[in-house]
Amino acid sequence: MRNSQKPIEIHDLTVSYQKKPVLYGIDLEVEKGSLVGIIGPNGAGKSTLLKTIMNMIKPNGGYVRIFGHPPKKGISCIGYVPQRESVDWDFPVTVMDVVLMGRYGKLNWFQRIRKADRKIASECLEKVGMLHLADRQIGNLSGGQQQRVFLARALAQESQLYIMDEPFSGVDAVTEKTIVLMLKEMKKMGKTLLIVHHDLSSAKEYFDYLLLLNMRKVAYGTIQDVFSHDLLQKTYGGRLTILSEMASQTAGNREIEKEAYSTSE
Amino acid sequence: MKPVRSNSSPLTGRCFPWFSIFFLLVCAFINQTLLGAQIQSPVDISLGDRALRFLQMRDYSVRIVAVGSILIGISCGMMGSFVVTRRLSLFGDTLSHAVLPGIAIGFLWVEAKDNLALLIGASMAGFLGVACVTLLKKFSKVRQDSALGLVLSGFYAIGICILTRIQKMEFGNQAGLDTYLFGQVSSLSESDLWGICISLALIVLFMTSNHRELLVSGFDLEFSKSMGLPSEAIQYAMWGLLAFCVISSLQVIGVILASALLIIPAASASLLAKRMSTYILVSALLGAIAGFVGAFLSFLGQRIPTGPLIVVVATTFFLLILFLRPSQGIIVNWLQSRRQSRQIEMENMLKAIYQVMEKQEFSEPAVRMEEVTRRRGVGKDSRAKEIESLIDSGYVSRSYEKNKFAKLPHEQFISLTPKGWENACRIVRNHRLWELYLTNEARYAADHVHEDAEKIEHVLGEETVRKIERLLSNPKKDPHGKLIPSLVDVRKGWLPEFPLNKNE
Repeated sequence: MRNSQKPIEIHDLTVSYQKKPVLYGIDLEVEKGSLVGIIGPNGAGKSTLLKTIMNMIKPNGGYVRIFGHPPKKGISCIGYVPQRESVDWDFPVTVMDVVLMGRYGKLNWFQRIRKADRKIASECLEKVGMLHLADRQIGNLSGGQQQRVFLARALAQESQLYIMDEPFSGVDAVTEKTIVLMLKEMKKMGKTLLIVHHDLSSAKEYFDYLLLLNMRKVAYGTIQDVFSHDLLQKTYGGRLTILSEMASQTAGNREIEKEAYSTSE
Repeated sequence: MKPVRSNSSPLTGRCFPWFSIFFLLVCAFINQTLLGAQIQSPVDISLGDRALRFLQMRDYSVRIVAVGSILIGISCGMMGSFVVTRRLSLFGDTLSHAVLPGIAIGFLWVEAKDNLALLIGASMAGFLGVACVTLLKKFSKVRQDSALGLVLSGFYAIGICILTRIQKMEFGNQAGLDTYLFGQVSSLSESDLWGICISLALIVLFMTSNHRELLVSGFDLEFSKSMGLPSEAIQYAMWGLLAFCVISSLQVIGVILASALLIIPAASASLLAKRMSTYILVSALLGAIAGFVGAFLSFLGQRIPTGPLIVVVATTFFLLILFLRPSQGIIVNWLQSRRQSRQIEMENMLKAIYQVMEKQEFSEPAVRMEEVTRRRGVGKDSRAKEIESLIDSGYVSRSYEKNKFAKLPHEQFISLTPKGWENACRIVRNHRLWELYLTNEARYAADHVHEDAEKIEHVLGEETVRKIERLLSNPKKDPHGKLIPSLVDVRKGWLPEFPLNKNE
């Protein structure tokens, strides 16, 4: 049964990216219906963690399970909001086109977009207050509006698990409020949300759980437990220099990795 | 010299045999000095006749040329819309240049211009070129653009070397291989046309069956990966199709300019289209027109290679669209900004008239024109012109009055019409309201607000004015103590109490 399984289960995950280790030995279990903020300094591996969960980056060790499935299969129950900068905003698509992209995963190859899909897309746009701009070309929107379109697209995916990469970066106050409201509502509907966040001060009110990340999992737990001076200091303070040095040497070194795999299996 | 193979030009077989032999000998001679391939028809037809002959499409060869160039335009236009939106322009260029050595080797292999051999050679070389770029990117520090440039020039140079060698060989003279450099539409044969048709069919099939995947992976690659779409497979398929499209169009447009037909129509479409479907449509249409017109011109101009002509036509279209497009065209923009600056000038003049009247405490409806122009400053002549245009558009009326000292010439007086009064009041009100808003709400110093108000007064809408008025609870005076014309003043008009042309 898919739903009895935990939305995300990560075991001893190690990922290196272009020969640089980014994540090292991460263990994580996220319960259904939790609103999780991922926090850490630049280069702590936040985006890498998300991409590994979504099977865009292959881990060097350990595994990820999504509702008990390996990422390749589990990816179909994930809704994703990428970083706004990762997209070509001059691309000739309208707001409606973008939101409809959220429905593509539900369609078979060759199947046309159905009326029901359009209806769902309109509703999602309505929820983020962008329906009146549905025919606008995507490049002619403000940053906050673009982010709301992304959110509407994720909503249209109707997923159980949502992963968002810095949805609050560079948005106006109205959009920020809209996003927070949406997140709470989605949580109420029993969805699990994993959100990379960069602003410590607002993290406390936005999320229920926090994952403090800096190459290693520094801590994971409820806000009350984790949001403490000591742990934050540990996250943002000095890096684990020796670990990162040694990891740099081994990462991308095929011989060592091969050896490690053969002994662990 | 060996008798020439007659397959060097598609039409030679259809001409009288003696003429064809003579013609090919001439060509063999001309080929040394001129680029561009053999033209199949007699030379001594007038330009008008040639145009008629092309447009009537009675000749089989002309039909092939026309259909071929249009189809190439369509397929390049369609493919180009993906190349441009995905920023692969340089990639297309590299690919088209990289196939040249393949063509040359294919020719060496069978020692004749055999389409299949050339196609195989070109595909292999294209594939090799792409592989080189990918490998360079993966295993060296060389960046993508440098890698592309490197492969482009490297392959192209090899191709030119082999090609020059072939030209010197016995069988190479009439090969017409140089059509591949600049393109020569009249050398298109029926089998070439088949190749073009197949590549177009494949492109259309690929795009219709994968249009959603293409859309999402083009716009947001990460998102498409997060949905588990096979974005890599699609990318490779697209590269393959791109190669096929370029290779099939080489004979018409040539290696050097092949990427132009990919880029220019699509870039023109990017100025017009806001959705992908219209983008592709516009791009294909422009490509088709460019192909057809280019082929036509090449047919008229006998030996002018087709590629450059097609590109010239396409570029012309691009420029036309750039300047004339309805929403943001350069000309439209220019007209708009001119209209706006006229408007601002007029409004400033009305304001000046109001201020002069105010100085006289509104005792007279008419004010001296001189005083107004003095107030506006700079260039008396141009100010006089501005007043003329105000009179023309009915904001101001003019009257003459005998000078008090009788001997001096008549002095010009101007007064505001009701319409002019309303507008003058509006501008002055906007100006003073904004000043007040800045001092009271935004905490500006009173001597800092004038300059800003000079700009804002022209763009302040009625709704914003209402808002500011409410915010400042309907103020009467601006920060400098001057009265703000109220809505009542604006509506009531000031002039009716003073008959306008009382001096006449």
